[in-house]
Amino acid sequence: MYRYDEFDHTIVKERVTEFTGQVKRRLAGELTEDEFKPLRLMNGLYLQLHAYMLRVAIPYGTLSGTQMRMLAHVARKYDKGYGHFTTRQNIQYNWPKLKDVPDILADLATVEMHAIQTSGNCIRNVTSDQYAGVAAGEIDDPRVWAEILRQWSTFHPEYTFLPRKFKIAVTGHSNDRAAIKMHDVGIIIVEGENGEPAFDIYAGGGQGRTPMVAHLVGEKIAARDLLHFMDAIMRVYNMHGRRDNLYKARIKILVHALGAEEFARQVKEEFAKGGAGDDLKLPDGEIERIRAYFAPPAYETLTDSDADYEKALAEDKAFAQWARTNLADHKVPGYAIVNVSLKPIGGIAGDASDAQMDAVADLAETFSFDEVRVTHEQNLTLPDVKKSDLYEVWKRLDAALLATPNIGLISDMIVCPGLDYCDLANARSISIGQMISERFADLDKEHDIGELKVKISGCINACGHHHVGHIGILGVDKKGVEFYQVTLGGSADENAAVGDIVGPAFTEEQIVGAIETIVETFVANRRDGEIFLDTYRRIGIDPFKETLYAAA
Amino acid sequence: MPLLKDGVAVSDDKWVRVDDDADLPEDCHALISMTRWLKDRDALLTRNKPIGVALESSDNPDEIMDDLDRFGLIAVDFPLFKDGRGFSYGRLIRHRGKFEGELRATGGVLVDQLHYLARCGYDAVDGDDRITEAAWAEANSRFSVVYQPTGDGQKTALQRRHGG
Repeated sequence: MYRYDEFDHTIVKERVTEFTGQVKRRLAGELTEDEFKPLRLMNGLYLQLHAYMLRVAIPYGTLSGTQMRMLAHVARKYDKGYGHFTTRQNIQYNWPKLKDVPDILADLATVEMHAIQTSGNCIRNVTSDQYAGVAAGEIDDPRVWAEILRQWSTFHPEYTFLPRKFKIAVTGHSNDRAAIKMHDVGIIIVEGENGEPAFDIYAGGGQGRTPMVAHLVGEKIAARDLLHFMDAIMRVYNMHGRRDNLYKARIKILVHALGAEEFARQVKEEFAKGGAGDDLKLPDGEIERIRAYFAPPAYETLTDSDADYEKALAEDKAFAQWARTNLADHKVPGYAIVNVSLKPIGGIAGDASDAQMDAVADLAETFSFDEVRVTHEQNLTLPDVKKSDLYEVWKRLDAALLATPNIGLISDMIVCPGLDYCDLANARSISIGQMISERFADLDKEHDIGELKVKISGCINACGHHHVGHIGILGVDKKGVEFYQVTLGGSADENAAVGDIVGPAFTEEQIVGAIETIVETFVANRRDGEIFLDTYRRIGIDPFKETLYAAA
Repeated sequence: MPLLKDGVAVSDDKWVRVDDDADLPEDCHALISMTRWLKDRDALLTRNKPIGVALESSDNPDEIMDDLDRFGLIAVDFPLFKDGRGFSYGRLIRHRGKFEGELRATGGVLVDQLHYLARCGYDAVDGDDRITEAAWAEANSRFSVVYQPTGDGQKTALQRRHGG
């Protein structure tokens, strides 16, 4: 993992001091709420329906046991004993008091954490693949480049007042788990000259009310030119992105208006001018310095199969069920990637209690080289567990109610906070997620349905990624009544697609039944080995329209 | 309106803003719009008195990049603090164009932006009453470490790590 040096520490400490002063001015009445708003937003502090909400950054979703324990401490001491992991691989606290926020930030700073740029029209927390560094077949570790981007984008003097927020994701794998094509900028590491890593850079993706898939604007950009090329993209956007309409201010609108080709031409022209002022080319020593932090841990030399693990699989059906869904292949023989589900049946997607966070911290320290990942699908990952430890890890997860065997299945939904917390929402999302989860609680049935990504947003801002759900659900308000619009066929992976609206919206009473009808239609039409998305792409939307609306 | 230059309050601004439809006074430091500069460029190039240009946030600074050495002042307007185009304009004018005159931010800038303005090449600010000498000094001493090279001469964390 990356560890702060004196320079990183200094920046975060100086930021805490600055924000403490800003809060003091607000509490003393020297700042009005209007004046305070942009200042608090730049530090991830929102005013929600009922209280302030603080969003804490987890850079590219990677944290240590000590950091996870600090997140538990914040939940316990300053909040109501829980936190909510988000699609940006961050954590949100829903009930902090304004007067406590400087203390929270000071506590976080002791473990190299902060809330910098988790909000505002700036470059947000860079996200990445939760299997970074441990998945077989990876071209290069995206954390190296995400960390380089994190430093470059932190308090950027030129790009802190952009037309709109700006989200960057990086992956080093051809299986895209970071939804890079749905980002303002998505970066895929590819093989460059002489075996060096290079970057395919996509721009103009995004969700919200105008969902768009990103376009390739830079091909095989050399490693040393990464920041220089990013700078060119940012400058073109900062100078030419729309500022007259909040809803047309994201880079996707600029890319769309200019056309991807013309946008790419302008970026390359800006790039060719050689930046502005000092050279942004990365010196060799810096890439290697950062890379050293992400060196593989001291893996043992093991055979890939472990007798005790195989025995437990054979004897304990519940363990075997969990192993089937919640484990992923590790690049090192004898190790596995463990996914920790934050989607208990009928629970709130992404929420974890202080005790659960402590339990995960313990497991990371004891069994996974002291590392935890947060996934954009609102789960946690222990990246480096020996197969011989899996049974014990599972038992401890199960005791902490963290072993729901549903990763990738219908009850593993992305759900935004919705009208229960958010002042932008039109409708509740959490309760819809809970009802769907309960309706499909039968595990055998879930397994039979197979991989199916349901994503729920409580408004058009699409924080619940509904556009890219295999089944997407969008809450809308019609004259004070909550309705739910359904889209089918979306995807956030390497074959990213925006879902198609299936027809008129459903009421709260109808929506779960409608999802069930959609699933039944899939089951009736699927061929061997197909998941929902395959069947949908083969048969199209009409059979679903028919079963959903035939009676009407 | 208070004007700060290099962090010091200036009470008598020698620059005089001249409207587009007004005659250009012979003997003064005249600040004209970029539109007027582009329109009357040939005639203005023969003028021997100091001249400055004022950019709206919708102006494109690329159009005056070849003329920078003609100007004693370039003023860039920030209509709202949220409109961050001027930060890029500052970088282009000062760090790419090597402009050596006064680069002044005008309009709705916040105290909390003064550090960014300085890093983007601005040495003068003409804002509201809160833009004081003390505010400038505090903003520019708050952060002792920076990550980005901008051409302002400040050593970055990266340069310091590598013994620069």
